[in-house]
Amino acid sequence: MRASFIFKGLALSALTATALFGASHFGLDSALAEAGKPTDGALYLQEAATPTATELRWLHDVVMIIITAIVALVTGLMAFIFIRFNKKANPVPSRTSHNTLLEVVWTAAPVAIVLTLIAIATQPLYNQDVIPETEMTVKVVGNQWNWTYVYPDHGDFDFTSSLLPEEDAKAQGRPYLLAADEAMVVPAKTKIRVLVTASDVLHSFAMPSFAVKIDAVPGRINETWFVVDEPGTYYGQCSEICGREHAFMPIEIKVVPQNEFVAWVQTRNPEYAAAPATQQDASLTPAATGGN
Amino acid sequence: MASLYPAADGHHDDGKPAFFRRWFYSTNHKDIGTMYLWFGMLSGLIGGGLSFMMRLELGEPGIQFFTNYHTYNVFVSMHGLIMIFFMVMPALIGGFGNWFVPLMIGAPDMAFPRMNNLSFWLLPVALVLLMTSFFVPGAGADNGFGGGWVMYPPLSTTGHSGPAFDLIIMGLLAAGFSSIFGAINFITTILNMRAPGMTMHKMPLFAWSVLVTAFLLLLALPVLAAALFMLFFDRNAGTGFFNPAMGGDPEMFQHLFWFFGHPEVYIMILPAFGIISHVVSTFSRKPIFGYLGMAYAMVSIGVVGFVVWAHHMYTVGMDVDLKLYFMVATLVIAVPTGIKIFSWLATMWGGSITFAIPMLWAIAFIFLFVIGGVTGVVLAMPAVDVVLHDTYYVVAHFHYVLSMGAVFGIFCGFYYWFGKIFGVMYNKVLAHIHFWLFFIGVNLIFFPQHFLGLNGMPRRYVDYPVEFTFFNQLSTFGALVTLAGTAAFFIMLIEAFIIRRPAEDNYWGEGATTLEWTLPSPPPYHQFNTLPRIK
Ligand code: HEM
Ligand SMILES: [Cu+2]
Ligand SMILES: [Cu+2]
Repeated sequence: MRASFIFKGLALSALTATALFGASHFGLDSALAEAGKPTDGALYLQEAATPTATELRWLHDVVMIIITAIVALVTGLMAFIFIRFNKKANPVPSRTSHNTLLEVVWTAAPVAIVLTLIAIATQPLYNQDVIPETEMTVKVVGNQWNWTYVYPDHGDFDFTSSLLPEEDAKAQGRPYLLAADEAMVVPAKTKIRVLVTASDVLHSFAMPSFAVKIDAVPGRINETWFVVDEPGTYYGQCSEICGREHAFMPIEIKVVPQNEFVAWVQTRNPEYAAAPATQQDASLTPAATGGN
Repeated sequence: MASLYPAADGHHDDGKPAFFRRWFYSTNHKDIGTMYLWFGMLSGLIGGGLSFMMRLELGEPGIQFFTNYHTYNVFVSMHGLIMIFFMVMPALIGGFGNWFVPLMIGAPDMAFPRMNNLSFWLLPVALVLLMTSFFVPGAGADNGFGGGWVMYPPLSTTGHSGPAFDLIIMGLLAAGFSSIFGAINFITTILNMRAPGMTMHKMPLFAWSVLVTAFLLLLALPVLAAALFMLFFDRNAGTGFFNPAMGGDPEMFQHLFWFFGHPEVYIMILPAFGIISHVVSTFSRKPIFGYLGMAYAMVSIGVVGFVVWAHHMYTVGMDVDLKLYFMVATLVIAVPTGIKIFSWLATMWGGSITFAIPMLWAIAFIFLFVIGGVTGVVLAMPAVDVVLHDTYYVVAHFHYVLSMGAVFGIFCGFYYWFGKIFGVMYNKVLAHIHFWLFFIGVNLIFFPQHFLGLNGMPRRYVDYPVEFTFFNQLSTFGALVTLAGTAAFFIMLIEAFIIRRPAEDNYWGEGATTLEWTLPSPPPYHQFNTLPRIK
């Protein structure tokens, strides 16, 4: 009798867990469909493009399992209680209002979970936040309502990147509200330092698939970094409310092979003479040859 | 509205003043509580109306109505401010707090009845100031303030040169002083006016929750007031507290704001915790499990709540060790929260549960609060928050704890004490319809927003890429269901006041054990002329 109730409760929690977990994995697949960009109907994080994003995703997976289990446990317990202790099933209530052992257990269990979370979340934080030796720098300035990109290691040229208007986006088959008229271009497989500031109000420089989000604050220079292996186009959006056109200042980053990057720099800044191409990835960038 | 109050038409000779004196000069805690409840309801309609229009806008990609994008930002900001300061806080603290703290602790009234009157009447003034701001220039030629409820400078200083935001500052200062006066009143009342024999450790949990809340208000609101004054001076008196060009720092505002803002979220949820405890115990016909643990869990949530504020600021460019500290401190709050959840479950365990309307809201509260709580754990980790911060994941998270936590707590208390407050009973069928439409509706609105956030959709966006269409449509559909639920609520209300089924003194029976159930429904204008003795 009693056992069957316990069984029902457990079965219910298991069901909930499977459903939630299954859902997150269905989403995982659909999110993989396209890199660097949201997918309609996707249930999960965008595909990771940087090592820190990969690590973030791992951490989120683990935490997702833990919190799903917690929700399932509470749901299961509630279901069991409602079946077993409703007025019909249990006309005479007990008067118990203490159970020291139980109270110790349900204090200790969350403590254990919290300690586990701290243990697994600390290293990813430092990996993400502590900036390694980088190979080149891009400076990003948020303005109402566009972005200025500056390349201090490549002759300090700069340009402004605004929303690609809807008609142009349609005509070019690019995603409206994500695509910019001029992308920020960086070389693949290169550790890039990003300096972020703002000229008027707060903005936030965000690239979900890189696990990058850092506020652009007037009068302050914030720092972050990323390294992307796969060439491609990645999209983000301003992530701190900045006034009327907050939703209309996308961030587009084109990650290109090293040689294409050098060619792009030269179209931007003809005076800039690249270091002789040694084909050794990092040595191409000025930072590595003593710039910066 | 006031005529709906059942006793207002009575001619009982119990010292009730005439209409104007009674409601405008009111010093009676029950009348003031009633006014707070109606006021919260009115603000809820305004704030809810704003959110409904936002959801309609977001139902499809592209611009539907808000051709002036600034107006959308104004709606977002005003919705947040109105829901927090004019709906949840007045209903939970001013409304139920005023009504039931004195009744539960066996006091004849609040300690400072005239200050109580001032607390209430500051609020309509504040709301009028806020509403006026819609119609005066904010940013450039655009009317209203669109800087978000967090009001970060420089968008709230140089970014909004018009007077709209000055009106909001003054309105929020008025609302803040209202709350500070209220807090002083509650603390004094609870510490000094408990009936003979009612020690702190015998005091009902709702009174405990209001006591802790009042301390949070008293400590947090002055910091908000200071920050608002600084904004006001930066805007109008040429100071540069938050202006980097003058040696100030915009980030200092964020620290001040969230030093208030995080305790604020507990200010909104702790009184709901108190209500849920009573309801769960009443309908399980069992005493609360682990009473002392419950009381001190609230105290520790309140204390720790003051040292976690920068978890809202992981992306401002904070030192990494500091991020680690704020992560650890934030996660610690999961422990007392866990104690609360498990104690509610243990209160029901072994009980003889009836699923009356208030109990449905309480059960839904526990379930939804757990969901909102676990996503809070996810957001507490800076290594994950970096992708989720300022996305719809956060919108989903805080609506699960506010729009579903705090609001379900309010409805739970409303149905629990409806007969006690108004002396009439509600129609159960209508109340069921309200509950189910609301429960399904809000889940449909906010659950899909987790997916939007994981997928990267930023918040406070008037328009979004087509890649976010599906879940936004679902969410807007949920808003329609919730609207129907709200309509059911008002039909329920009107029906109850037309039919006027009289409420008994203790209509919940043996499970309801606190002092308010020893009094008639509604209680006399002045109660406890001889103080009750608690054994
Ligand atoms: C069920 C009805 C509700 C609906 C449909 C709703 C909807 C919304 C929407 C659409 C936004 C704007 C999201 C964005 O563009 O970033 C929003 C923001 C917000 N809501 Fe609600 N909401 C509801 C109830 C509540 C309640 C009860 C509270 C509070 C106690 C609340 C507090 C807030 C806050 C603080 C914000 C953030 C404002 C800001 O970003 O500055 N909402 N809500
Ligand atoms: Cu921006
Ligand atoms: Cu917080």
